[in-house]
Amino acid sequence: MTFWLLAPLMVAAALGILFVRKAVHAALLLAVVMISLAFLYAVMDAPFLFAVQIIVYTGAILMLFLFVMMLIGVDAADSVVETIRGQRATAVVLGLLFGSVLVIGISQVTFGTVVGLDEANAGGNVPAIANILFSRYVFAFEATSALLITAALGAMVLAHRERLTPRATQADLAARRIRDYAEHGFHPGPLPSPGVYARHNAVDTPALLPDGTAAESSVSRVLAARGTVRSAPALADDIDDVRRQLAGEGHSDPSTMPETSGKAGTPANTEEDVK
Amino acid sequence: MTEYIVLSAILFTIGCVGVLVRRNAIVVFMCVELMLNACNLAFVAFARQHGNLDGQITAFFVMVVAAAEVVIGLAIIMTIFRTRRSASVDDASLLKY
Repeated sequence: MTFWLLAPLMVAAALGILFVRKAVHAALLLAVVMISLAFLYAVMDAPFLFAVQIIVYTGAILMLFLFVMMLIGVDAADSVVETIRGQRATAVVLGLLFGSVLVIGISQVTFGTVVGLDEANAGGNVPAIANILFSRYVFAFEATSALLITAALGAMVLAHRERLTPRATQADLAARRIRDYAEHGFHPGPLPSPGVYARHNAVDTPALLPDGTAAESSVSRVLAARGTVRSAPALADDIDDVRRQLAGEGHSDPSTMPETSGKAGTPANTEEDVK
Repeated sequence: MTEYIVLSAILFTIGCVGVLVRRNAIVVFMCVELMLNACNLAFVAFARQHGNLDGQITAFFVMVVAAAEVVIGLAIIMTIFRTRRSASVDDASLLKY
């Protein structure tokens, strides 16, 4: 029962990894697959692997994926250019062939009756695993420790960066900013903060320039890359709605109407008049 | 029993296609993890089929090796990103020439 609930979910989530454009979404879908797998392990009399799957895979490995994704930038999108022509279509066709061969082959095999783990798990799953792990597989277990040490060292070596140039001091940074201003005309002061003069002060709302256009530099580059920047003129719509309502209520007495100056207010009033 | 192995095969195939199709190195890596997980599912299913725990032990070792592999792999991806400012597998083709 659990299997038939989880299997379509897992396949759908795994297929989603192939199709979603953003790497973060792929990571979340992978989390769905891994947690469902953990539940399948629990169903298949493997409570130890159930815990390990959740702790190690969803807890540690996926978090590591997300950490690295945040470090190298979430805007690192997939390129749509094919370096090898027709590679994508060939890959899909070959994958379908491979999958169908596997599935057809497996479905023709008879596995016999399931023995079940009741006998092997008689004294509890974790003690039983420990018994085998520390007797028959003890050398593999020790080799694993060497592997983990090597991996930790390797990660440290790879992630370490020697500083080749002296660290830029505050004076250097200030001098560079002024030089940029002199040579390229870059504004030396801080960037405009988001939401200034706009009708919203959220970080995803660009500031409005005096002429009413949005200031691109006021919104974080990451938000722009994710495509979650709100458009400031569109945000004004709800305010226009409120004004329209106010204008509708105070229609008999125009003096109570809020000062609607500029283009935004005028069409609202005319629309009310039409009604 | 068969349905578990079929699910494992389907997940493995999806992982394979993902490695071939996706261009973002991190997503490619995730697809590798998906393949490893599919194998683990088959191991655990066969452990139940045969009534001994060797399959579960193997799945446990696969998880340990996968953890080590992820650590190194992500460190390599970060190093490549630092030098090339890109996480696309197409940009890391300098060894070709």
